[in-house]
Amino acid sequence: MLTENEKKELQAALKKYPNRRSAVMDALRIVQNGRGGHIVKEDMLEIASILEMQPAEVNAAATFYTMYNVNKPVGKHHIQVCRNISCSLMGAEHIIKHLERTLDIKTGQTTPDKKFTLSTVECLGSCATAPMMQINDDYYENLTDQKVDEILKNLK
Amino acid sequence: MESVLLKNIGKPDAHRIENYVRNGGYRALAAALKLAPEHIIQMVKDSGLRGRGGAGFSTGLKWSFIPKDPTVAKYLCCNADEGEPGTFKDRGIMDNDPHLLIEGMIISSYAIGASNAYIYIRGEFVFGARRLEAAIKEAYERGYLGGDILGSGFNLDMYVHRGFGAYICGEETALLESIEGYRAQPRKKPPFPALSGLYGKPTVINNVETLSCIPAIIEKGPEWFAGIGPAKSPGPKIYCVSGHVKKPGLYELAMGATARDIIFNHCGGMLRDDRALKAVIPGGVSAPLLTPKDLDTPLDFDSLAAKGSMLGSGAVIVMDSSTCMVKTAYIINRFFSHESCGKCTPCRDGTPWLTKILRRLEHGEGRAGDVEMLESLCDNIFGRTFCPLGDGAVMALRGALKNFREEFQYHVDHKRCMAC
Ligand SMILES: Cc1cc2nc3c(=O)[nH]c(=O)nc-3n(C[C@H](O)[C@H](O)[C@H](O)COP(=O)(O)O)c2cc1C
Ligand code: SF4
Ligand code: FES
Repeated sequence: MLTENEKKELQAALKKYPNRRSAVMDALRIVQNGRGGHIVKEDMLEIASILEMQPAEVNAAATFYTMYNVNKPVGKHHIQVCRNISCSLMGAEHIIKHLERTLDIKTGQTTPDKKFTLSTVECLGSCATAPMMQINDDYYENLTDQKVDEILKNLK
Repeated sequence: MESVLLKNIGKPDAHRIENYVRNGGYRALAAALKLAPEHIIQMVKDSGLRGRGGAGFSTGLKWSFIPKDPTVAKYLCCNADEGEPGTFKDRGIMDNDPHLLIEGMIISSYAIGASNAYIYIRGEFVFGARRLEAAIKEAYERGYLGGDILGSGFNLDMYVHRGFGAYICGEETALLESIEGYRAQPRKKPPFPALSGLYGKPTVINNVETLSCIPAIIEKGPEWFAGIGPAKSPGPKIYCVSGHVKKPGLYELAMGATARDIIFNHCGGMLRDDRALKAVIPGGVSAPLLTPKDLDTPLDFDSLAAKGSMLGSGAVIVMDSSTCMVKTAYIINRFFSHESCGKCTPCRDGTPWLTKILRRLEHGEGRAGDVEMLESLCDNIFGRTFCPLGDGAVMALRGALKNFREEFQYHVDHKRCMAC
């Protein structure tokens, strides 16, 4: 169920558009942010009924955009390392390996304590400060092993 | 050249409206609202401004296609999806000087008669989206947005629409689908958005950097803009430099700077003095690479087209002698196959097939005939895709194969790399 605050946020989003369907991306984002980073079927059903859409249409949108984690719980800190060209030229693969070793998981996995999920992503528009990663909403740039260690320590 | 687009970046709290106004901001808007909309369209045409999102289409001409009927609702959409790998200029403007974009959008909306404007920003740019939302609120409070703007009778509402991860949303009709709440798959053209765009209404879609040029064109005049850089693609241009240089970053230069000037003068040269330049991608990963013999090509729309490449988004990616071109091609192609929207078969099935072959070459498992197979797949994808994404994937790969074929063959014959 959407909380009162989430409903209020969704009402504000609806004001931006001439039709209800256009708010589906905002609705999914609001729900995902409020549910610890992922979306389940019940949320999509509720969004469908608020926005007067078919559940399949909400699902179609949710599964198209890669930042929605549909039925895919992520850890408290979702680490997304850029693997695209500028970051790769500056050592992204090394950073990814370092993270896998430090967290003792493979890319795509979550630590058993559910604190960290490690993913790789495409270019995040921060290529002059490569290699870089995003953890939840924040960018971390010019990464080195040492810097990664410090960032992880501060997140625990 | 005096800085136009990045002039406020680095000043303390440049994003706050009082500082933007103190530095001369919103003067162009006041001036523009005293001009007839057609007059502004003519000024933008005369300036020679060409779209900075990739295709380089004349901005004034695009605006002139919008029907003049005042009873029809019209939209302006700012393309802030900025997904082309290597590109980070729009983020630079939005994070640091959001009012420059907003002022440009208000003037542009007035020129085309739009009363609603959307900024489509990619989902990862959370900081930028918050910055823009706060700046839009400030602009409403000061009467630059909303009803009867500065007493002109012109009304405009502006909204931020946040994407959520999909490169294809940068394609203008996919972007419209996304705002309407659908999967972002490109639409058939025609009808072009100028006649039937967002919600079926006349719509202009322009890039962040394009729209950010507008206030200066109003204030300093179209002749001033047209006098910067090459006659056929004039104006200031933000080059996004990344990769193996000493000082990567955003460089605002007169359009038509050469890669040599950018790398060796502005960026302080190659990252490591003992490693020579091997290749430069001049305009984002869809643009075929240049080799050192092309270093003096001006990076503008026409000069790069003449070399078989393109300016694209202005992302200059620099690679030194340690770079494996097979690996580079693999990473770039993997990106395209990951981002294929699945609408048409040549791209949906062809790009993963290319990636599969490139992956095995990169991992030392190449087979005889793989290089020829790549070439033949390229031939079967190119020109057969529904939108330019598939063609971009092929152009990038063909560029690498043309210039570095022996490296690809070496991976087949020796199961390893000759560069690294
Ligand atoms: C696959 C694909 C991705 C694109 N991505 C972007 C983008 O991220 N930003 C952008 O401004 N234009 C992008 N474009 C170009 C837009 O379709 C459109 O031409 C542009 O936004 C028009 O604005 P302009 O005339 O100001 O350049 C992309 C095009 C394609 C085919
Ligand atoms: S070329 Fe690729 S991205 Fe474009 S419509 Fe076809 S499948 Fe979609
Ligand atoms: S390539 Fe990593 S942020 Fe652009």
